Amino acid sequence: MHLLRPFLIALVLGILFLIPLIAWATDDIFLLTLFGRILVFALAALGLNIALGFGGMVSLGHAMYIGLGAYAVGILSTYGMTNGWLHLFVAIAVTTAVAIPVGWVALRTQGIAFIMITLAFAQLVYFVFVSLTQFGGDDGMSLENLSYFGGLTGNKYALYVSLSLVIAFVLWLINRLVNSRFGLVLRATCVNERRINALGTRSVPYRLTAYVLSAQICAVAGFFLANLTGFVSPAIMSWVISGELIVMVLLGGLGTVFGPIIGAVAFLLLEEGLKMLTDNWPLIMGPFIVLVVVFLKNGLWGLLQDSKESAQGNGGGH
Amino acid sequence: MKNQVRKYLGSAAIVASTLVGGTALADVKIGFIATTSGPAAALGQDMYDGFMLGIEQLKGKLGGVKVEVIKEDDQLKPDLGVQAVNKLIERDKVDIIAGVTFSNVMMAIAKPMADANIIFVGSNAGPAPLAGAQCNSQFFFTAWQNNQQAESVGKYATDTGYKNVYVMAPNYQAGKDAIAGFKSQFAGGIAGEVYTKVGQPDYSAEIAQLQAANPDAVYVFYPGGMGINFIKQFRQAGLLGKIPLMTVSTADGSTLPALKETAIGVISGTFWGPDFKNEVSKNFVAAFEKKYGRIPSQYAAQSYDSALLIDSALKKTGGNVSNKKAFADALRAAEFDSLRGNLKFSKNGFPIQDMFVFEVAKDEQGRVSLKTLTKTLSNHPDSFVGQCPL
Amino acid sequence: MTFNLVLAQSLNGFQFGILLFLMAAGLTLVFGIMSFVNLAHGSLYMLGAYFAATIASYSGSYVLAVILATVCLLVLGWLLDAGGLAILHKRGHLDQVLATFGLVLFFNELVQVIWGNAPLYMDAPDALAGSFSFLDFNYPAYRLVIIAAGLGVALGLYLLIERTRIGMLIRAGASNRGMVGALGVNINWLNRFVFALGAALAGLAGALVGPILSIQSGMGEPILILTLVVIVIGGIGSIRGAFYGALVVGIVDTMGRVLLPVWLSQTFSPSFSSAVGPALASMLVYVLMAVILAIKPDGLFPVKARGS
Repeated sequence: MHLLRPFLIALVLGILFLIPLIAWATDDIFLLTLFGRILVFALAALGLNIALGFGGMVSLGHAMYIGLGAYAVGILSTYGMTNGWLHLFVAIAVTTAVAIPVGWVALRTQGIAFIMITLAFAQLVYFVFVSLTQFGGDDGMSLENLSYFGGLTGNKYALYVSLSLVIAFVLWLINRLVNSRFGLVLRATCVNERRINALGTRSVPYRLTAYVLSAQICAVAGFFLANLTGFVSPAIMSWVISGELIVMVLLGGLGTVFGPIIGAVAFLLLEEGLKMLTDNWPLIMGPFIVLVVVFLKNGLWGLLQDSKESAQGNGGGH
Repeated sequence: MKNQVRKYLGSAAIVASTLVGGTALADVKIGFIATTSGPAAALGQDMYDGFMLGIEQLKGKLGGVKVEVIKEDDQLKPDLGVQAVNKLIERDKVDIIAGVTFSNVMMAIAKPMADANIIFVGSNAGPAPLAGAQCNSQFFFTAWQNNQQAESVGKYATDTGYKNVYVMAPNYQAGKDAIAGFKSQFAGGIAGEVYTKVGQPDYSAEIAQLQAANPDAVYVFYPGGMGINFIKQFRQAGLLGKIPLMTVSTADGSTLPALKETAIGVISGTFWGPDFKNEVSKNFVAAFEKKYGRIPSQYAAQSYDSALLIDSALKKTGGNVSNKKAFADALRAAEFDSLRGNLKFSKNGFPIQDMFVFEVAKDEQGRVSLKTLTKTLSNHPDSFVGQCPL
Repeated sequence: MTFNLVLAQSLNGFQFGILLFLMAAGLTLVFGIMSFVNLAHGSLYMLGAYFAATIASYSGSYVLAVILATVCLLVLGWLLDAGGLAILHKRGHLDQVLATFGLVLFFNELVQVIWGNAPLYMDAPDALAGSFSFLDFNYPAYRLVIIAAGLGVALGLYLLIERTRIGMLIRAGASNRGMVGALGVNINWLNRFVFALGAALAGLAGALVGPILSIQSGMGEPILILTLVVIVIGGIGSIRGAFYGALVVGIVDTMGRVLLPVWLSQTFSPSFSSAVGPALASMLVYVLMAVILAIKPDGLFPVKARGS
């Protein structure tokens, strides 16, 4: 059982990294588009998991940060500023500037109020972008120029490979984080906040940091999404997307490092597969989600946890 | 090296198939993108049904060549539309992309299609930028440019002598086009101009505002569910008999089944109605009703026409789609009988056609349908062709 | 903006608020008393509209349609809870949100499979379809039906919760499940009843709304979001909070939609105000909620502390 998990990690990562080779060999660029989109959401799910899985913060508004990242690319390229690194920097900077106040306000509440406040802010930002008609408003806009990275601009292979590298980096980062003091305090706060505060460690700065970090990762995902599709619209910020992100994290395994990737891949591949079978795919997708929630308390990845680890686990939300 | 190997294999395959199958031409692949799920699905479904009826009547062949239609649902999400287009171009390697219900999806997929140098035969969405600055010699639109319907109603309002009209639409590009188009042909004054939230269900507040402005008539653009909501509420406020209601895409074949008698008396501006007297139209309506058991909407008619158009172009090029310019020229020639009567294309691929207004009334069988009222514009081009650099 | 117009718009806001209350009452009952977040509440509302439209077209009777639709949803709610939803009672809010999210996807597709994807037709009965003159404005008579129904439901719920034995049991069960169970009351049966009641209220709202709104797949979600805002503003579990919260949201939303573009156009250009006005109006309700939550995180009428 112990060897199964590293083996599976290697297998999944291996397949994902093999995709560009398969695409090159069969000249099927669409494979890159399809899996690129899956990786974008996998990255966003990894980000959300920091707040949701490890921090216990149920945010129904994280799609807003994906949107901010995507629109950073869109708006800058409309004004002719196409430098790729600039896009990335602005995406992260703007998201940080938004996430800090939003997180601070939201963390003053708990439980369902927290969920609703994050939803409210996401709706606010959504409506702001809907009203920005010079950037397409509700209809969105096609990007004239993608992020400029020299000769690699718009190259789907380069995009996929760099996205994979970013995911690998974030995985390593989360792994370090979770086992560090920061991670320990965060996870402890999720279990019993009062006790942590009683011990003299103020919980809010840790939770806020986790929230902002998760938002930044989502922004990077948005940056990649804009470059992948060449299109941005407010639809990427809708609460339905936020809901789907949470499903992906839960499906994979809340509070596990690798789980969100499994969750995103499984969810999106299932969606694509069902779409090929029937037009009425939500009829199957819906109950599937219900069954996962009811029976797989620790997600798909959790199926592979041995009992010692489940005892230490965070449980399925609160 | 890899490319060379593939080329050899490819030509070998073609030679082999020619030897085996005679001079059979390869299937023409058409990717049909429409919104066939979600609340607006009725429009996309009508488009698809109309298109497939056209192909079926031509025995599965357009221009004598077998066609394979690959249907994609964009779920009214522009990013999914882009993904569908990518799949059709990159994986399915289609020759033509057709359909497209909503303008926001249309704008999103315009660039990937232009980059891929593909032929596009649209049968609904017709946003202004694609008629003007972003026009493309390989894009064709068999429905109308978004403003044309609005211009038809604007002209009707001028001819009827309204002095003061209250206009409303949802707050997105198509809504703004609908109002701009109306104003461009309407000589009177605007009593009020209101943009509501997209998808808003309740218009009681706006209807009260409207009454306060005391207009001669009201003009709205509310497609799908929004139109059903607005007309129901307008009638319940007792206004339907008192203040004339002019619309585009609000009371049409997709919403009338849900509105029934509540919409009687509403005016609608477009290019075609199910009571048109020409042979092609009568044949289409009869066949559609027989097969699908409902009166075809204009959306079905538009897509049916696009199938006829592709058929005429394929006939002209002898089934050859690889010479894109020749095929595009053949499409532009539009040498076929359209169910609307007159049809020519401008250089931007948009129609030059007659426009009419219709009234919601009962047909001879007592069903609620659209009745032709009057022709408003003859051989009318779209208003953005001047900005097209072609 | 004449005074008459302001008055007429206030009536509209009030009426919209009552509609929201019908939805919010059911949701806050289920949420407050069972601590169960039901995102599928919007789907139950949608099913109420679909059932009512179908019954009305077969029977020709509007009243029958509304009553039967409500009863159908009562039964459906009971079956859903008995059929498995009860498992989620003991789970956390996150699990409930996700599971009911899955149900929303399922129901939205189901209605399309059963009824097709074109919107359904339902009309108000002739007696109620007219309008009457109110301060120079034509006002739809049917809206009064909604107001009457909403007030009736409010009164009925109040009597039920405060004055009947079942209501007492419900309140007791909300405070301390275990104790009520230990005293010999079947707490599962009680919760099932509450869930079914919530479903019935949603179904009633849907049936009442059928004649004025488009009956289509996904019609529940926009109302659901606003309903969530209402119960958060009002205080979760509080019927009184739902009532006042709904009125506040209804009036703010309506007046915002009407007044904001007017005020904006006095300072800015018409094209700017027509672009920004509607967006600002949409945001207004959320800003209001954020402000209220910042000051009173438990809502305007928080229910007193519950047991575990």
